[in-house]
Amino acid sequence: MSEDIFQGYKGQGLEILKKFNVRVWGQTEVETTRGRFVGTVLPRSENDDDMHIVVKIATGYNVGIDITTIKNMKETGYKKANYKIPEKEFPYTEGFPKVKLIGTGGTIASRLDYRTGAVIPAFSPGELYGAVPELADICNLTTEKLFAVFSENMGPEQYKKLAVAIGKEIENGIDGIIIAHGTDTLSHTAAALTFMVQNSPVPIVLVGSQRSSDRPSSDAALNLMHAAKAAGHSDIAEVMVCMFGPTSDEYGLLHSGVRVRKMHSSYRSTFRTVGDTPIAMINRNSITPLKQNYNRRRKDRNVKIMPYFEEKVAIIYYYPNMQPDMIDSLVDNGYKGIIIAGTGLGHVNKLLYPAIERAHKKGVVMYMTVQTLWGYVNMFVYDTGRDLMAKGIIPGENLIPETAYIKLGWALGQTSDPEKVKEIMLTPIRDEITKREPYNGYLIYQGGVPEVEEFISKFHK
Amino acid sequence: MKQKFDPKKNYEATKNAVGYVPRKQATQKTYDDLGFISGLETHQQLLTKEKLFCRCPAGCFHDSEDFDAEIIRHMRPTLSELGEYDGTALMEFKTKKEIVYRVKNRTTCTYEVDDTPPFPLNREALEKAIEVALSGKMSIVGEVHITRKQYLDGSIPTGFQRTAIIGVEGELQLKNKKIRLIQMSLEEDSCREVSDIKHRRIYKTDRLGMPLIETVTYPDMVNPDEVKEAANYIRFLNRSTGNVRTGIGSTREDVNVSCKGGTRIEIKGVAHIKWIPELTHNECFRQWALLKIKEQLNSKTDANKWAIKVVDIDPNSFKFKYAPLNAAKTNKDRIVAINLPYFKGILSHFTQPGKMFADDFSERLKVIACIEKPNMVHSEQFEQNISEEDFTKIRSLLKAKDEDAQVIIWSPEADLKTAIEVIEERCKMAFTEIPKETRKSFGNGTTIFERVLPGADRMYPDTDSAPIPLENDYLDKLAQNMPVPVYERFNQLKKWGIPEDTYTYILKKNFVPIIEKIINELKFNPVLVGTTFCHKLKFIEGQSKPASEFNFDKIYDLFKYVKDNDLDNAIIKKMLFIMYEHPKMDFDSILTTIGFKKVDQKNLITQINFLKEKFKEIQVSGDDLDGIATSWIMGQLRKTAIGNISFKDLRNIIEKEL
Ligand SMILES: [Zn+2]
Repeated sequence: MSEDIFQGYKGQGLEILKKFNVRVWGQTEVETTRGRFVGTVLPRSENDDDMHIVVKIATGYNVGIDITTIKNMKETGYKKANYKIPEKEFPYTEGFPKVKLIGTGGTIASRLDYRTGAVIPAFSPGELYGAVPELADICNLTTEKLFAVFSENMGPEQYKKLAVAIGKEIENGIDGIIIAHGTDTLSHTAAALTFMVQNSPVPIVLVGSQRSSDRPSSDAALNLMHAAKAAGHSDIAEVMVCMFGPTSDEYGLLHSGVRVRKMHSSYRSTFRTVGDTPIAMINRNSITPLKQNYNRRRKDRNVKIMPYFEEKVAIIYYYPNMQPDMIDSLVDNGYKGIIIAGTGLGHVNKLLYPAIERAHKKGVVMYMTVQTLWGYVNMFVYDTGRDLMAKGIIPGENLIPETAYIKLGWALGQTSDPEKVKEIMLTPIRDEITKREPYNGYLIYQGGVPEVEEFISKFHK
Repeated sequence: MKQKFDPKKNYEATKNAVGYVPRKQATQKTYDDLGFISGLETHQQLLTKEKLFCRCPAGCFHDSEDFDAEIIRHMRPTLSELGEYDGTALMEFKTKKEIVYRVKNRTTCTYEVDDTPPFPLNREALEKAIEVALSGKMSIVGEVHITRKQYLDGSIPTGFQRTAIIGVEGELQLKNKKIRLIQMSLEEDSCREVSDIKHRRIYKTDRLGMPLIETVTYPDMVNPDEVKEAANYIRFLNRSTGNVRTGIGSTREDVNVSCKGGTRIEIKGVAHIKWIPELTHNECFRQWALLKIKEQLNSKTDANKWAIKVVDIDPNSFKFKYAPLNAAKTNKDRIVAINLPYFKGILSHFTQPGKMFADDFSERLKVIACIEKPNMVHSEQFEQNISEEDFTKIRSLLKAKDEDAQVIIWSPEADLKTAIEVIEERCKMAFTEIPKETRKSFGNGTTIFERVLPGADRMYPDTDSAPIPLENDYLDKLAQNMPVPVYERFNQLKKWGIPEDTYTYILKKNFVPIIEKIINELKFNPVLVGTTFCHKLKFIEGQSKPASEFNFDKIYDLFKYVKDNDLDNAIIKKMLFIMYEHPKMDFDSILTTIGFKKVDQKNLITQINFLKEKFKEIQVSGDDLDGIATSWIMGQLRKTAIGNISFKDLRNIIEKEL
């Protein structure tokens, strides 16, 4: 394979480089109608236009040069950047818990190449030790890269593979498992693993970062330390998500994998337990349980791996005036299960009734959840709800829509008998459905209210 | 008998050996001998409504205690391509600082505290920055690339500053010399520090994210006055565009200085240009002094074999009277004594006026080990804090030799290791190099250690922002409203005959355009206009405070009013005074306030004739009766004349009438 010496350049930009015989990584002097530029030609991002050439100048900054202004270009040298991450061996400490870090593709740790600006993921124990040396004070870490996909591309195939891999690790005597994962669909994977890996004797901790680890203010290192602490030292043998509590670098929260949701597009403290309290607070020194009814760590290895998933399942997010063809098209396309996120206590409009009846007759199972995220479905309060139940929609209690979706896929992966599916759906495996909602399960403070402002000014956000 | 070591004498002797002279006595030869080289990085806030990467208001400031929320961060170094932490990174990490951000809702959103990615770059700021770059004759880039520049001190919550090159390779014509510009960038301003005590540094975020331009010169300046001149010219250039903020903190200079055989030292955040000459002068000599120390140490011993010795000090076995040491005892801090072989005479070696080598330890202990001052005692203090008896005991504990020096430090257990390393490291560097560092400046011309100088290449692309193309048409359009270059302004002022001592003030305030307008459109005498603006206005500004913001454009209206109403120019100064204090008052009222009445020439002659008669009634005798009469009548009419007629013309008329 010949090396791409014009990385990312196309069209007119590529023509210019060829014309003047200048390569990517070539040190170049460019004469333009706007003056002279000297630097190293950098690769160009595929999505950028073909009218500019990117050069890193001596002071380390990148600038783009408009090719229509170029009078002359000369390559005066060539120096290709090599990415290589030096590894330091992860120290083994007698008596520390054995923790396995399974990678899925998200970059939990990475390092920078200032010359090119490239962010290089760090993953092997040695690399991680280089990036977060504190890990060696917490556990004996080994790693495995199971696959390399972006968070948004995680799906049933990956869930199943993960579950099987976790099962093997537990069998082999691991003390805790960390799963490094992009944050966008972290909670979906957490829910899937809760259903697929049952009765785990050890903690299974999913962790990500909201600010990439190439920046000094990244949450990645602290999240990773918290996760290692939870996996290696906590007695909470659950599938959990471990992410920042406040946006400040103070403590993390351990959320149940089936009650957690990403609630802000960019905040560090984006993950919140919905309809309940988190399982525990965690910092580098201690784990403080907020609940008591969690599964305790055990010595045995009696884990049950149930890697099933039916892919023909969908979520419908109801909106006023939704047309019946939205449901019809799912049915016509062979979908076997539909989660509806309804308004209020779990409602949709009358317009959809015929489509719902049709779907029910075709054997499609439908479960109602609420768009409000907080609170239970209650279809007895209004006629609409009673109508919908009569047409075959089953209330999903306080299942979060995404958890309901994962659970329905998992249930339909085991059986297509609607009655059995219903039994699986409504029998909580963990706390995806809870019997009661504590008064502090719902807490969204309204900014601006004096007492809230007073609270915020006293405690770190 | 051996003579007792006198640190004061040693200090003076080393100062002489270094060849230090006060700046007033220094000549170009002094600086040539030292190999003085200096360059500038001028930071200038742009005048925009909003911040650079978010829509928060720019230029709203609040008190340190006025905040709505606090956010805590710890900065972690990221690995560089060699898998090593760079100097600053390592140092900042060692300090384990807890960074607290005080956030006020009005001035800060989730972007500044790094909980939201950047919004598209502020176009108003970009345009203003390009205009400044164009007036600096720079090569404007074809595409603006936002770059991240790492900062680990916490001054920016992300840990990096978003910055972008707008132009490269410009030049600046000083009075007698051209200074080359390396580049100009557009970047976001950092937080303002509230306090930095022990392991906790507090910032407020009001200034954070405001658009700033940074103009970087080549190290083309060869003496302190030239650095000041260049700084002033860059300021004039920035202000001539009308695109920048003025006032305290809106312009900050980083000054780089090195001497022959020295290293580039960055004096950070110099708030006043007038400080620059003294600071650069002293910095050059400081480096020269450190080179002398290096020479001395290497002649005494081999750096590779040099090692410190540390012993724990049990305060109960000593009779310490020094309060900080006794406080350390109460706080159960660890106290250690360190022996520094061959450092006798080095600790009290001159480095800057009023400062000696050992001061560097203390400054570094504060910054790197987070131990507040006073944080040490050493064997070469001018005023000793420890009794001779105790010191003898310490020396014998350390098995110190006569040619050695000793330092005693105290700190909580957790910081002690770093503290000892700080001293050891600084001593070892004394053998080999001038530490690369940034220094903080003071008005008296001295500096203290601030941070280890970051490595040069801490840049990487901002993956959150797309590049912004700058089309030719767009640049051509902006180039049309370029201000007149500073050196041309100088020539203009010279041509007008305006006194040279007014130039700095006039250019600093960017008054040339309005002066030009008054001269060209209203045909006033340039010298009168120039001195009105500079001498009179500067005097008034120093004397009084306007009731509301004073718009300098109104001075044009004043000249126009004087011309339209056919008033004499002498009234301008009087009116300016009132006008400055009461910006909202109209000109007619100003005239009333100063008691002006319009008197025409006919009326004046009548008054002169009346006074002529009056003078006769006063029985005066003398040789030059007419002369005395003229002076007396002048005196009587002086007040009436102002605004109506010049004194010269008045005198002529009186003489004629007599
Ligand atoms: Zn903002």
